[in-house]
Amino acid sequence: MHSIPSFRTYVIIWAILTIMTGVTYYVAQIELGPWNIVIALLIAFFKMSLVVLFFMNVKADSPLTKLFVGAGFFWMAILLALTLSDYFSRGWMPGGKFW
Amino acid sequence: MSTALEQPKAQEKPNYLNAEYGWKSWLFTTDHKRIAVLYIISISVMFMLGGIFAMLIRLELLTPQGDLVNSDTYNKFFTMHGVVMVFFFLVPSIPATLGNFLVPMMIGAKDLAFPRINLLSWYIYIVGALFALAAIVMGGVDTGWTFYTPFSTTYSNTFVITAAVGVFIAGFSSILTGLNFIVTVHKMRAPGMTWGRLPLFVWANYATALIQVLGTPVVAITLALVGLERAFHIGIFDPAIGGDPILFQHMFWFYSHPAVYIMILPGMGVISEVVTCFSRKGVFGYPFIAGSSLGIAIIGFLVWGHHMFVTGMSTYAGLYFSLLTMLVAVPSAIKVFNWTATMFRGSISYETPMLYAFGFIGLFTIGGLTGLFLGTLGVDVHLTDTYFVVAHFHYVMVGGMVLAYLGGLHFWWPKITGKLYPDGWGKFSALLVFAGFNLTFFPQFITGYLGQPRRYHAYAPEFQVLNVMSTAGASVLGLGFLIPAIYLLMSLKSGKQAGDNPWGAKGLEWETASPPPTFNFDETPVVTEEAYAYAKHEEEPVG
Amino acid sequence: MADTHVAPAEHSPHLRHHFDDMAQQFDSATLGMWVFLLTEIMFFGGMFGAYTVYRSMYPEAFASTSQFMNPKYGAFNTAVLIVSSLSMALAVRAARLGQQKMLQLMLIVTMIFGLAFLGVKGFEYHEHWVDMKVPLIGGHWDYSEAPQFARPAQILFCFYFFMTGFHALHMLVGVGLMTTIFMMARKGTFNEHYFTPVEISGLYWHFVDIVWIFLFPLLYLIGRTKALI
Repeated sequence: MHSIPSFRTYVIIWAILTIMTGVTYYVAQIELGPWNIVIALLIAFFKMSLVVLFFMNVKADSPLTKLFVGAGFFWMAILLALTLSDYFSRGWMPGGKFW
Repeated sequence: MSTALEQPKAQEKPNYLNAEYGWKSWLFTTDHKRIAVLYIISISVMFMLGGIFAMLIRLELLTPQGDLVNSDTYNKFFTMHGVVMVFFFLVPSIPATLGNFLVPMMIGAKDLAFPRINLLSWYIYIVGALFALAAIVMGGVDTGWTFYTPFSTTYSNTFVITAAVGVFIAGFSSILTGLNFIVTVHKMRAPGMTWGRLPLFVWANYATALIQVLGTPVVAITLALVGLERAFHIGIFDPAIGGDPILFQHMFWFYSHPAVYIMILPGMGVISEVVTCFSRKGVFGYPFIAGSSLGIAIIGFLVWGHHMFVTGMSTYAGLYFSLLTMLVAVPSAIKVFNWTATMFRGSISYETPMLYAFGFIGLFTIGGLTGLFLGTLGVDVHLTDTYFVVAHFHYVMVGGMVLAYLGGLHFWWPKITGKLYPDGWGKFSALLVFAGFNLTFFPQFITGYLGQPRRYHAYAPEFQVLNVMSTAGASVLGLGFLIPAIYLLMSLKSGKQAGDNPWGAKGLEWETASPPPTFNFDETPVVTEEAYAYAKHEEEPVG
Repeated sequence: MADTHVAPAEHSPHLRHHFDDMAQQFDSATLGMWVFLLTEIMFFGGMFGAYTVYRSMYPEAFASTSQFMNPKYGAFNTAVLIVSSLSMALAVRAARLGQQKMLQLMLIVTMIFGLAFLGVKGFEYHEHWVDMKVPLIGGHWDYSEAPQFARPAQILFCFYFFMTGFHALHMLVGVGLMTTIFMMARKGTFNEHYFTPVEISGLYWHFVDIVWIFLFPLLYLIGRTKALI
């Protein structure tokens, strides 16, 4: 089987995750307009990547596992992107309304 | 897995059927072959139930007036027909029956990766089916199999939640089957069985499994939200609080369109196997057929909006959904061309499975082409919600999928049961099915184009002649389904013993006994030749 | 059950007969769990998608709801789950190294933190009930603080309860899994050659953590800076 990360590595990852949680919380208190949600989601994606790559050990896994993980997120992205594209493009035609 | 043997009868080697007797050995089995048989029985029962609703529909439509039943009852007929046929017959059918039986054997494995999950999958299916039956017995559902909101969440007075729960549960059966197939194909292939040597039936079931795993959870959550909204009277599809019924349709069709590829891809896999065997020729363009299965699976997720062109969805979204719909026809067409090229200069014989394959190729082509009409934005405005749509999807689902299922059942029946059925009756029934099917559904293209709407229990009098033809055809079709049920069951008792390979076909499943032993092979096979390595009689230049 | 001195590969008592060897069995189990997690991504993804659609439709109404969420609880719960992910990862590590006591300790820690998360969530649900912010049947719903947003705010609260509810359900299943794994560990089932159930339960637990990592900002931190009411 593949290599096991060290105790130290896990604790460091944990620390980064906890710090980023704090950052998310405090940034949310600052008014940044539309950037608030962008930053919050970026941090969330970053945290997710750490959990996936290190806690779930995907970094050391086979390309097949990486492919499946990527496919999962890609498919969710398809659902979101194509559905949202309907709502966002309704206003483009005269007479079409965005709810 | 116990292999305690009874005394083998004089002419019967130990096999998976006689390895153990008694109901416990069947209900607690983890043998993929026995589970496949359990599914064959359950799915046949649900098919008959769905067929009864079809007959009730066609009976009502003999006359233009809504005189057999009132409109609410008619709504229940077509809803239950759809729910039962889509979720409890079409979606599970080939993967859970033929797929379960054959995929491990075709790759040289002893079983699927997770045999206990396989059994669980069947139990989950049964529980789901019981919920659906409960909904029917308690009074039915009238929302259409599509459960559109807000009718399903707020206004319908029927047993929507019970039916939705049944479908939700059956969805998990589908997910677990798909999960099992994916892991099996990745991890359990015999030595020498590379991806490039996999039988096309395995490719088809693998692509199907990907769709099952990626799409089904979305309809699960969608129906869960519908159920919660209906139960708690507050929810997210309710326009009264700013909810959007179109969002329901987006989420519903995100699964339900790929679902039709779950239904047809395994059927196409069957056709690949049958055509190559009865043409005595390796499949033309193997990589393209394999790749097109994956292509259909992937592109099939990008086209769901073509069910929603007239809902008020953005026209721009409609434009690219239409474009992608045109694109998804390409891999299907590739298969049809390749099957035809396989037959070209092959040594063709016309046993029952091959007759079903011919029927499939013709009828699926018609169904597929009419899908393109519907995928064209302007034309769809005229055709949507008419009988044209009904005819289209029955051509692909029945003319395609059911014919493939019957063809596959006939092709592998000797392997599954060790018995031969009378081929004369087989051919007769196949022709009956083909004739009855066309008589039933071709008139519906015409009435739909002329304006007969779907889901109505009455219609304009000028459509009566065509509707009567359709009902007559349905009776013939029903007979065509009934006769095989009889002779196949009779063959269990009085059929001739099939040898290991009555068709002389290539494939690992034919290299073991009929019926196979519990662990499929006496020794793990080692694969040394390509798939479908039929002897070539002459090298044909391909034009 | 199993002895601690297990010969590798074919002779393991844990080898299921349809597999050739333990490596194939382990690989299959992990791939199977990943495929299952794929289905979970799509399951929660459906809810995230629907949430996104409504948030883009009703940005102000959604922003008004964060006054009634307590981000301190949310942040605390996020930190709690992250600790439980650490202990879970350490548990898997211990199993791989055959460290029986460490494995059992880390499983207990994971369970405790998981239960703590559920406890806080239960407390939050109670607070929402008291504040009349539960739009489900029983009608404990009163948005008189900002009536102009009442109707779309109901949607957000529906999502809040559905999404955190399904998440909590998955957490409960996770705690159940941990209990089972813990009892197997107590019997000495796991060692360097066989730790598959620990590994795949770990994957499940981390996934549930990831769902919460997204739920926290999306449900608790919308428009916190705007005093809309």
